[in-house]
Amino acid sequence: MAKSHVSTTVNGDPVEFLCDAPETMLDVLRNTLGLTGTKEGCGTGDCGACSIIVDGRVVCGCLMLAVEATGKQVTTIEGIGAPDRLHPVQQAFLEDAALQCGFCTPGFIVAAKALLDRNPDPSETEIRYWLAGNLCRCTGYDKIVRAVQHAAAEMKGQPA
Amino acid sequence: MQYQSPASIDEAVAALASIGGACVLAGGTDLLVQLRSGTASRAAVIDVKNIAALRAIAETADGFRIGAAVCGADITEHAALVAAWPGVAEAAGLIGSTQIQGRASLGGNVCNASPAADTTPALIAARAVAEIVGPNGKRSIPVEQIATGPGKTSLASGEIVVSFLLPTRPARSADAYLRLIPRTEMDIAVAGAGVNLTLGEDGTIADARVAIGAVAPTALVLDAAPGILVGTKLDEATLATLAEAAGAAARPIDDKRGTIDYRRKVVGVLAKRAALIAYGRAKGAR
Repeated sequence: MAKSHVSTTVNGDPVEFLCDAPETMLDVLRNTLGLTGTKEGCGTGDCGACSIIVDGRVVCGCLMLAVEATGKQVTTIEGIGAPDRLHPVQQAFLEDAALQCGFCTPGFIVAAKALLDRNPDPSETEIRYWLAGNLCRCTGYDKIVRAVQHAAAEMKGQPA
Repeated sequence: MQYQSPASIDEAVAALASIGGACVLAGGTDLLVQLRSGTASRAAVIDVKNIAALRAIAETADGFRIGAAVCGADITEHAALVAAWPGVAEAAGLIGSTQIQGRASLGGNVCNASPAADTTPALIAARAVAEIVGPNGKRSIPVEQIATGPGKTSLASGEIVVSFLLPTRPARSADAYLRLIPRTEMDIAVAGAGVNLTLGEDGTIADARVAIGAVAPTALVLDAAPGILVGTKLDEATLATLAEAAGAAARPIDDKRGTIDYRRKVVGVLAKRAALIAYGRAKGAR
């Protein structure tokens, strides 16, 4: 079976790759494009560790075929901030100690950024529901929710 | 496995008909899990998300037409659709996480034919009609005629559900859907109930349709509901009779999510509460 040739945009850059039809976007990001910030937790859409943003919607990379990326705008954790210029959500996760082992963190940050892009002033309840598909086995979620609230305040130019 | 992404319904139908073992890929939130776990294997997947008609929500003279590949988030963000059909929208919005909402489709939820599918009872209560295209042309059937058992549908080989039509709304009409899960998010219904009401000018129920889910091999129309509800203003006795009728109509199984007795009890409570919500909404509706 011939591989498919896919042209897409990842983190603002045009990207082309070859893939087999059953390969997921998560497989291609990690194994073909070397973008290993996106994690595989469950592989069944339950844990959110592979959260990416595709055409403005946060989705699970494990539940999307890589060939479906044709013509799409894909954002991964590597496209959110930079080591010398952290996104406010990333900065807040650091300052508020919203991570321990860190495996779920890229997914949480991607999902939280998508929330704040859509709703700059979410309530705690809205944050908790929005992030219900991101599982964390370390923090108990509280610090994560506080960090998202903190980031929201920062992004509105108000000290938390 | 082959992947095809046709741009038209006719091309999709032709691809499905010409490749043995091909299946439709919409949101993929169930299909990809099945493919990866090896519980399903497909010669080809036909991605229908690049067909414009399957991704559109349109308000027409016949009512709202929702493309079968429209995802939950597109439904819950469509203000006019949510205003007209709050029950259908809340059912679609209950499915999975934010990440699942960005992909999982209305057509997939119905055509996977899970007895616990949340949108199916809501669509049945709404008298939604599924518009189907196949090798022999088009046909339309009520949503309750799609699922024939767990994982089984009445769709013929090569047929695709392309859209759902929700009828035009009379004045003072509204719907509601409720399900029970043991937590607030990320679970599958133990029982569910959709209620769709139209009121007369004095608040008396003029038309009623109730469907229940997760309590039988398919979602069920509660045939007794119009006889119980029409002509009333949802007094206590009427609600008690409705709950009893829903429990009696249920044919649930015992499993890890709930026992037979529990499901019969809960589906009655859900029908009662959904009726109250729909009634309140219909009173406030234009």
